[in-house]
Amino acid sequence: MAESNKELLVRSVFKRNPIALLVLGICSALAVTGQMSTALVMSICVTLVTAFSSLTISIVRYQIPNTVRIGLQILVIATLVILVDQILQAFYYELSKQLSIFVGLIITNCIVMGRAEGFAMSNPPIPSFIDGIGNGLGYSFILMSVALVRELFGSGSIFGYEILATVNNGGWYVPNGMLVLPASGFFLIALLIWLIRTYDPEQQESQ
Amino acid sequence: MMHYLDIIFRSLFIENLPLSFFLGMCTFLAISKKVTSALGLGLAVVVLTAITVPLNNFLLNTLLKEGALQWLGQPTIDLTFLGLMIYIATIAAVVQILEMVLDKFVPALYNTLGIFLPLLTVNCAILGASLFMVERDYTFLESTAYGIGAGGGFLLAVVLLAAIREKSEYANSPKGLRGLGMTFITAGLMAMAFMGFAGISF
Repeated sequence: MAESNKELLVRSVFKRNPIALLVLGICSALAVTGQMSTALVMSICVTLVTAFSSLTISIVRYQIPNTVRIGLQILVIATLVILVDQILQAFYYELSKQLSIFVGLIITNCIVMGRAEGFAMSNPPIPSFIDGIGNGLGYSFILMSVALVRELFGSGSIFGYEILATVNNGGWYVPNGMLVLPASGFFLIALLIWLIRTYDPEQQESQ
Repeated sequence: MMHYLDIIFRSLFIENLPLSFFLGMCTFLAISKKVTSALGLGLAVVVLTAITVPLNNFLLNTLLKEGALQWLGQPTIDLTFLGLMIYIATIAAVVQILEMVLDKFVPALYNTLGIFLPLLTVNCAILGASLFMVERDYTFLESTAYGIGAGGGFLLAVVLLAAIREKSEYANSPKGLRGLGMTFITAGLMAMAFMGFAGISF
């Protein structure tokens, strides 16, 4: 790996964004982006879990037999997710109630597994850790942008504070009902991908 | 009997995992370029959910639930917080076995599915099916029906999406939208269409 640590961190956000280019970790990107606060918590959880699972797996990568590697990777990830889940329940009970299923589903977030399998298994601990953080940030970037659009135009607020006064509250803004539906996540991510690929034509797919 | 058919029907159409709950998106979008490979992947998912959901149901009732360890003389232990780890370990084990079996007996299919077979372990649809089973308190038979229905729903959705994608490849879409972008929009439209099933019940 000739890339410096900084490059590792930055390239995952735009150049090799896990969601936009590698098609990983989309389930939660659609499900938790209705509100910015849940999206933020989810982003932090995923970044932490990705970074530390990559670190752990990279440290023990020579001890893992090839045939059972998936099971071991999953166990490391599941342990971290249970930790995150218990911490959330202990200190931020309200938030963990809102997120309940999705924290559990971080285990099955392909970003975590994909980085463990694709990067940490063949690289030293420190770059793996940084790669994990970078991918977590790339994921957060997409998640937060989608959540921003969906919450601002779907319910007229940001982080729960009213920005555009909706008609129901006596304001002027007619909220776009479609953005509240999870299906709108698909369209927004498609538009984001379009934007990123127009800016960086290397990522375009040939026909 | 009608009850089990109802569960299968609901999980196939109304509560379709990829299109109503948005679970299993990664594989759903990545392996839907060709109908044949989509069919292979879909069948793998059906087999997996049909095995893992009842298996996890069995483990939940004999190991994890409060009082489930009665047979060990430990009636007060509640291990439900370990649930996530047990479910995913079961799934990972079944995937690994399936991978070895396919590699040995059906190498052609093994080569098409490639890296995505290990990724089925982290397919949210499969873990999600087990989590829904826990949440809805299904019995063993109900969870078998649900496992088949949930996997079948995934099969249905992924094959339909692949068929649409095969056709839309000929369309002259904007350069930046080609491939992934178009797939997202197609899936979004399909999800909205499946919302039409929402009101149906027996």
